[in-house]
Amino acid sequence: MDPLSFVFGAAQLSAAIALLNGIATTVGQGKIGAAAIEAIARQPESAGSVRSTMLITLGVAETSGIYGLVIALLLLFQNPLIALYLQLAG
Amino acid sequence: MDFNISNIWLVELFGVEFWITQTIVNTWIIMVFLIGFAVFVRFKLRKMDDVPTGFQNVIEAMIEAFEGFVKSMSGEHGKYFAGWFFTVFLFILVSNLSALVGFRPPTADWVTTAALGFATFFLTLYAGMRFRGIGRYLKSFFEPVWVFFPLNVMGELSRPISLSFRLFGNILSGLVLIAMVYTLLPFALRFLLPIPLHIFFDLFVGALQTIIFCALSLSYIGAACAEE
Repeated sequence: MDPLSFVFGAAQLSAAIALLNGIATTVGQGKIGAAAIEAIARQPESAGSVRSTMLITLGVAETSGIYGLVIALLLLFQNPLIALYLQLAG
Repeated sequence: MDFNISNIWLVELFGVEFWITQTIVNTWIIMVFLIGFAVFVRFKLRKMDDVPTGFQNVIEAMIEAFEGFVKSMSGEHGKYFAGWFFTVFLFILVSNLSALVGFRPPTADWVTTAALGFATFFLTLYAGMRFRGIGRYLKSFFEPVWVFFPLNVMGELSRPISLSFRLFGNILSGLVLIAMVYTLLPFALRFLLPIPLHIFFDLFVGALQTIIFCALSLSYIGAACAEE
């Protein structure tokens, strides 16, 4: 097998694996949304403050998903290993 | 698919070569826009009325809404930083919305968001030292016992990184997704179908991430200057 195509294929597969953490992120965000809906259903007058707190908490919970996305984008477009390989191969 | 940051021209300063990138040029354009808006507001409000009407009313409502937001996120001491965070808020908002008119948003480059994140980090240190005193603030790193010092430092250092990557990743993911959709669609369909994507990624996510950045920064600062 051509070593360069192996490096490219491995980079794309690992980008896909890095994006798998979206599953856990989505479950966490769903739990936040469910809790916010419960709180609003119990006390409809607090809807405003619950909504703004929920949006900020969603943003914080999103962080790990965003890390996975950044890792995947780095692997695909700015991969240091490919540059190293090309440098070694000359 | 074209979402890379293009280099525009090479500058040599004191023997160090660096590229003026698209991010820098777009930042300058947004700065010119914001400064122009500020000067316009200043000349428009040369005569302040005691009872605000019309334009002055709108501007005062904006400032008061933001001061209320700052107060609710970071407490009484946070008002000292309201000016800086209003500037940051406007800058990030206009940067994110500039994707609507075809710019590459400067916040889709980690350079910009890292600068903003580390500005928050240094402001947090300054706020702690100013409102709690240097000794008492530094002592808070050794709590509950001195063994926790490395953990506390790591926790403090991870904040600017998570803040900057959150903003950067959200804006960049919208940019990449919209670029992919434009590449996949045939030319005739490029004018109508991507509009909902622009509304969600540019308008909604852009405005939401702006608010989240300011709210989190302000709550870090509020936590740093709170008396226990």
